[in-house]
Amino acid sequence: MTTERVHRYPAEGRLAAAYFIVALTALAVGGLMGTFQALNYAGIDEILGFNFYSDVPFIYSYYQALTLHGVLLVLIWTTFFICGFLLYVAVHSLGTPLPSLRFAWATFGLMLFGLLLAAVPILTNDATVLFTFYPPMKASPLYYFGLTLVVVATWGVLASLVQTYLVWRRQHPGVRTPLAAFMALVTMTMWTISTAGIAAQMIFLMIPWSLGVVQGTDPLLARTLFWFTGHPIVYFWLLPAYLSWYTMVPKQAGGRLFSDPMARVSFLLFLLLSIPVGLHHQYADPGIQHAMKFLHAVFTFGVFFPSLLTFFNVVASLENAGRARGGTGWLSWIVKLPWGNASVTAQLLAMILFAFGGISGLVNASYNVNNVVHNTAWVVGHFHLTVGTAVTLTFMGVLYWLVPYLSGKRLFSNRIALIQAWMWFIGMAIFSNALHRLGLLGMPRRSMIGDAPYLALQPEWQNILPFIGVGGVLMTISGLLFFAVLILTLTASKAPANVEFPRAEAVSGPEDAPAILDRWRPWIVGALVLIAIAYVPPLVAQLATLSLTSPGFRPW
Amino acid sequence: MQRSDRLSIYLYEFAWILPSIAIPVAMIVAIALSSFAMGINVQADYGRIDPTRVNETPPFDRPGLRQVGPNRYEAVIVAEIWRWIAATPDDKSRRVELTVPRGSEVTFIVTSRDVLHGLKIQNTAINMMIIPGQIARATAKFDIPGEYLFVCHEYCGTGHHFMYGVLRVE
Ligand SMILES: [Cu+2]
Repeated sequence: MTTERVHRYPAEGRLAAAYFIVALTALAVGGLMGTFQALNYAGIDEILGFNFYSDVPFIYSYYQALTLHGVLLVLIWTTFFICGFLLYVAVHSLGTPLPSLRFAWATFGLMLFGLLLAAVPILTNDATVLFTFYPPMKASPLYYFGLTLVVVATWGVLASLVQTYLVWRRQHPGVRTPLAAFMALVTMTMWTISTAGIAAQMIFLMIPWSLGVVQGTDPLLARTLFWFTGHPIVYFWLLPAYLSWYTMVPKQAGGRLFSDPMARVSFLLFLLLSIPVGLHHQYADPGIQHAMKFLHAVFTFGVFFPSLLTFFNVVASLENAGRARGGTGWLSWIVKLPWGNASVTAQLLAMILFAFGGISGLVNASYNVNNVVHNTAWVVGHFHLTVGTAVTLTFMGVLYWLVPYLSGKRLFSNRIALIQAWMWFIGMAIFSNALHRLGLLGMPRRSMIGDAPYLALQPEWQNILPFIGVGGVLMTISGLLFFAVLILTLTASKAPANVEFPRAEAVSGPEDAPAILDRWRPWIVGALVLIAIAYVPPLVAQLATLSLTSPGFRPW
Repeated sequence: MQRSDRLSIYLYEFAWILPSIAIPVAMIVAIALSSFAMGINVQADYGRIDPTRVNETPPFDRPGLRQVGPNRYEAVIVAEIWRWIAATPDDKSRRVELTVPRGSEVTFIVTSRDVLHGLKIQNTAINMMIIPGQIARATAKFDIPGEYLFVCHEYCGTGHHFMYGVLRVE
C-alpha cells in the first residue's frame, strides 16, 4: 500500500493549521468556562478556596463566563475549524491548489481580526450579552463589529472555494465534482446565503444603534433576522461532520461509501431546506402569526428527510466496512469496525449520541409540543448532543488523523486518544441526560442555577443537578487528554506519521449521479424561492409595524 | 458495476426513501391536528406597545390579578429587569405571589418594559417570550391545588436567576 508520507499541499496545509490553532485555543478557553458552569449547577463554585467567578483574571461574573463559553464554542471553535477544514479538503479533493493564497490568508487575517475585536469587550465585561446578543441589551459596538467581520470573512472562504472549483472545472469539463469538494461547496454556499439575516441585523439595526446613530431598536425584528441565520448555523456545523462521515470514515473503517448519488441528494436538500426554518426558534414569541410559525414547522420536518437519508447512507457504509472486515449476520459487523482506531471511534461515538440529539431536536421543532421545553435545560441538553458532541467529537476524531497528516508526526498515543473519546461520550451522556430531565421538570436555561433562590423549592432538580457536575468533570478530563495528545504529537512524537488522506470509494459511484446533481443554479434558485416563501410574509409584516422604540440596557 | 447490483442498490435506496418521507409527514399531520383541531396553540400577534410607556398603557398601568367572570381571572404582569410586577407598581417586593381558587381559568397578559424576559409557568402549557414592544398572552385552567413556580427563562442580566414568582391555587 502506498502511503503519502508528505502531503501534497503544504501551503494550504499551513493555512489550515492557522485556522486550527485559533479554533483549538477557543475550544480550550470556552471549554474551561463550561467546567465552571457545570460545577455551579452541582453547587460548587469554589474549590480549595478558589472561586471561579472572583479569582480568575478577566472573569467578572457567571454570565460573562457564559458569554465566553457560547461565543468561543459555538461561534469561534466551529467556524475556524470548519473554514480551515473545508478549504484543505476541497483543495485535496479537487487536486487543485488555491488560485490565490494571498487572498485566502487575507480572509483568515480578517476573521482573526474580527475575533480579536469582539474579544476585547467580552474580556472587559462590556459585552456580557451571551452569543445570541438579543437587543435591547446593548454591548460595546466593538462586539458587533467584530462578529460582523468574522461572518464577512467566511464569505471570503466561499470565494476561495469557488475560485478553486472554477479552475478545476475548466480542466475537467463534464466530470462529476469529487464528493468531498462538492460537499464543501454546498456547505459554504448554504452558509453564505443564510448569513444575509445576521448581516442585515448587524448593519441596519445593531451597529447604528450601538453607535448611537439611532436611539432605539426593534427587538422582535432583530430576533427574526438573527434566527434567519441562527438555525442554518446548526447545519453549517453539522455538514462538515457529515462530510467526514460520508467521504472519510468509510475509508478509515476499511469499506466504501454506500451511495454517492444519494449523498449528493441529501446535501442539496440541506441547501434547499436549512434556511427557511428559523421561525421554529420563535414559536414562543408574541408578534408572529400562527400560520408562518406552522409553515416553518413544516419545512423543519422537511429537513428530517435528508437527515434520515444521511443516517441510512452512513450506516450502510459502516456495514459495508464491517462486512469487509469479516463481520457477518445482522449486527455483528458492528463489532468488527475498527474500534481500536481513535479517529474512527471518536466519530462513531459522535454518531451514536447524535441520534439522541436528533430525537430531542424533533421535540423542539414540533410547534406546540415545543411549549413544554422552550428555553428550559432540555434545549441545552439537546445542543450539547449536536454541536457539543456530533460536531465537536467528530472534529476531534478528524484532528486525530489530520494533525499527524499535516505535521508528518505519528499521533502521540492512540490509546490515550481512545480513552479521551470514550470519556467525552460517557461524560456527555450523563450530562445531557441530566439536562433533558431537568428541562422536562421546568428548569430554565441560561441561569446561574446554583445561586437561584427558587432552587430551594425544587427537591427534584436538586437530585439531578450533581450529575451535571459529574458529566462536566468527565468532559473536562477528556478535554485535557485531547489537548495533551495533540501537543505531545507536535512536540514529543518521534515516529513519522503513517497516515493517508482518507478518500472513500463508493459502491454506487458518482457516475450513477444524474447531471442535474452537479449543477448549481437550479438548487440555489430553489433555495432562494423557499426562503422567499418562508420569510417575505413575516418580514413584511414586521417592517410594516417597525417601531424603533427600545433604548439600550446594560443590566450586568 | 453489474446491472443486478445497481438494481439492488436502487431498491435499497427506494425502500429507505419511502419511510423517510412518510415519517416526517405523519409527524407534521399529528402536530397540525393537535394544534389546530384541539386548539393547543402558541403565541400569535396580540398587538404592539411602546415599551417606554408601559406604565401609562392599559392594562399595564394597573398590573395585578383581577376577576373578570365566574372562575375567570386576568393576570396582568409587567416584566422588568430582575422581577415580575404583578401588583401596583409601588410594591417593591421581588418575589411575587398570586392566589386563585381551584378551577380558575387565568389569562396571563404580559409585556416587558426593558429587555427580553421569558415566562414559563410550571405544569401548565404557558411558556412565552416576553419581548419589549410586544404583548404576550395565554390562558390556563388550574384544577389542581398547589404552588406553581414561574421563573424568568431568558437571560436578562446578572440578576436573571433571582427573577421568579409563585401562583398559588387553593
Ligand atoms: Cu428576566
